[in-house]
Amino acid sequence: MEPFTVHTGVVAALDRANVDTDQIIPKQFLKRIERTGFGRFLFFDWRFRPDGSPDPAFELNRPEAAGATILLARRNFGCGSSREHAPWALADYGFRAVIAPSFADIFHSNCFQNGMLPIALADADVEELFRRAAAAARDGRQLRAVIDLAAGTVTVDAPGDAPFQRSFTVDPFRRDCLLRGLDSIALSLAHGAEIDAWEQAHGIAPGAGASSP
Amino acid sequence: MPAPRTLLDKIWDDHVVCAPPGELALVYVDRHLVHEVTSPQAFEGLRLAGRRVRRPEATFATPDHNVPTTDRRLPIADLISRQQIDTLRSNCREFGIRLFDLDDADQGIVHVIGPELGITQPGMTIVCGDSHTATHGALGALAFGIGTSEVEHVLATQTLRQAKPRSLEIRVDGRLAPGVTAKDLVLYIIGRLSTEGGTGFVIEYTGSCIRSLSMEERMTVCNMSIEAGARAGMIAPDAVTFDYLRGRDFAPRDFDAAVARWERLPSDPGAVYDRSERFDAAAIVPQVTWGTNPAEVVGIDGCVPDPASFADPGQRDGAARSLAYMGLAGGTPIVGIPIDRVFIGSCTNSRIEDLREAARAVRGHRVAPSVHAMVVPGSGRVKRQAEAEGLDRVFRDAGFEWREAGCSMCLGMNPDTLAPGERCASTSNRNFEGRQGKGGRTHLVSPTMAAAAAVAGTFVDVRTWRTDA
Repeated sequence: MEPFTVHTGVVAALDRANVDTDQIIPKQFLKRIERTGFGRFLFFDWRFRPDGSPDPAFELNRPEAAGATILLARRNFGCGSSREHAPWALADYGFRAVIAPSFADIFHSNCFQNGMLPIALADADVEELFRRAAAAARDGRQLRAVIDLAAGTVTVDAPGDAPFQRSFTVDPFRRDCLLRGLDSIALSLAHGAEIDAWEQAHGIAPGAGASSP
Repeated sequence: MPAPRTLLDKIWDDHVVCAPPGELALVYVDRHLVHEVTSPQAFEGLRLAGRRVRRPEATFATPDHNVPTTDRRLPIADLISRQQIDTLRSNCREFGIRLFDLDDADQGIVHVIGPELGITQPGMTIVCGDSHTATHGALGALAFGIGTSEVEHVLATQTLRQAKPRSLEIRVDGRLAPGVTAKDLVLYIIGRLSTEGGTGFVIEYTGSCIRSLSMEERMTVCNMSIEAGARAGMIAPDAVTFDYLRGRDFAPRDFDAAVARWERLPSDPGAVYDRSERFDAAAIVPQVTWGTNPAEVVGIDGCVPDPASFADPGQRDGAARSLAYMGLAGGTPIVGIPIDRVFIGSCTNSRIEDLREAARAVRGHRVAPSVHAMVVPGSGRVKRQAEAEGLDRVFRDAGFEWREAGCSMCLGMNPDTLAPGERCASTSNRNFEGRQGKGGRTHLVSPTMAAAAAVAGTFVDVRTWRTDA
C-alpha cells in the first residue's frame, strides 16, 4: 500500500450530502474482477451525459476541479453498499483524501485499506472550505490544501485569505498503517499464535492456514 | 457481581483474540459468506501473496448478485458476468470452499440461504462482503458487511481488525396494526433516525413488538439497519430463534446443548446501552419512500413533502434534488401515484412469508395492464416451497413473472433493470439514483404494498384496499 504522509493537492468541491457508493461507482462496473482501472467509471452517471460526453455542469468536470486529489463533500459520504470499488475508483481517478463532516462506516474502513485518507471535520469547517472553494472558482483559481497525517492537520493558505488550519483525528492504529503503508494481513498473521490459542480455547481444530501444525 | 452486559458486549468479549497495545483488536470471525462480486480481488490477493484460506470449512459461497433469474440451463449471455461467476467457481475449488452454485438446489441470496441452512447461529460473528450482512443479526449474531480487502484479511486470518462499536437500543413496544409489516416498521425507524443516525453503532432491537415478530420478519428489520447507517442490527435469540433453527442442515448436532449456551446471550437486566430510542408500534402506518435515500419516507396516508418545508438548507436542497430525479412534485398524495414496474424480491423481502403476504394481496386479481411485475424468490428453497404451496400459480395467473433466485432488480447488475423514467414499487432496500437502472425511480415498500400496487397500477392504502376489492 502506498504510504500517506504529507499530501498537497487541489480540492474538488462536491456540494452534496449522502453521496452513496452507487453514485461513486454504478453497479454495471462491478462485474470486473480486477482491482484497478475503475477511475474512468467514477461518478459515471453524474459525470457523463447519455451520449458519453462529459457533463460540463458536474462538479468534477469544471475547470477548478482539474487535477484534484482532495474531494470535499457533505455529510454521510460513502453510504450504501460495501463495495470497495468505491475507494478503488476514487483512488484510481487520483484522489488521496476525502473531507466531509461524516462518513459511512464501511466506506470509512475501506479507504484505509487503499492508502486513502477520510478526514472528518466539523460542519462549520466544511462549510468554510466550501465557501473558499466557491470563492476561488469565482476568481478562476483552484483551492489547494495541505494534509499532514502525522500532525493531523488540514491547511488552506491562499493569498489574501485568512489562514485556515484544522486538526483532525484518526484511529492511531489506522494512522500508523497509513503512514507506513503497512500490509495489514501480514500484521495480523504476526498474531498467529494468539489466533491458534483462541481456536483451541473454543474447541476449533487448527485450520488449513493455521500457523502451528 | 460482574457488571450487566448487552448482547453485543457478550459476543464481542467472547471473540476478541487479542488487543495488542497501539493496535485495533483482532476479532475472531465464526462464519464468512462469500459471493461473486466482492471476492475475486480478495482471492487474487491471497494468490499473489502465497497465502491460504485459514478455515475453508467456516467459509461458504454462492453466486447471487450478478446471476440471471431466467432459464438457468442457458449460458449467461453477458461474458463479463459469466467470467465473474466462473471465477468464484474456480476460487472455491482452488481454496476448498463450499459453493452453492447456480445449479445447486440451495443456491440463493447469501443473506437468505445463511439462516435457511442454519449456517447463521446465535452468538456468532458473521461477515460478508455485502452491507446487508446485518440481516443475520436477527438470529442473535453480530453480523456486518466488509470490503474486499477485509474479505481477503478474513480469508487469510479468520479475524478482523475492529474497534468496538457503540450500542444503540431501539425499543419498539406495542402491536403493528393490520396491514402494517416489519418492512414498514424498519422504514419508519430509518425515517426517524436518518440515514446516518446509526453510524458507529450496532443496533439491538428490543421491546414487545420486536419479540412478537417471526424470524423472517426480524430478518427484514435487521437487514435494513445499514440504511440507518448502523453496520449491524441484532435481536436477542429466544424460542422463536431456536424453533427456527432446529433441524436445519448446518444447525449444531447437539442442539439442546447449543440452546443452553444461546439462552445466556440476551442482554442482562440493567445492561447499559450507549444510546436508546423508543418507538410505538401502534403509531406506524404503511410506508412508501418518495426520494432517493431510504430516510426520505412517508406514510401511505401522507403526501410527497414540499422541499420548502425543510428548515435545514442542506435537507431542502437534497429534497429538491430527490424530487427532480423522482419526477414528483411536493404536495402530491402518495395514494394514486401511478407505477410502471413492481419488484418483489431482495434480501429484505424474498422469503416465504414475504411471498405468502404478497400472494394474499394478489389472489383473485390481475396485474394492471400498464404494470410489469415480477417475483424473484430469495433462494431455490423458497422457490420450491412457494411452488408447493401454489403461490407461483397465484402470481403467474395474475400476470406476474416468476423467476429464479438472486439479487436481481434490487441492484440491477444482471439484466433485470428499470428503463430511464420507469417508476417501480420495490420490496428492496435502496432507492438511490440509478440503483435499479439508470434513471429508474424506486419506491421502497412492503410486499403487501407492492402486490396491491401491481394490481391497482398506483399506490393504494393496503389497510382499506383489500376490503374494497
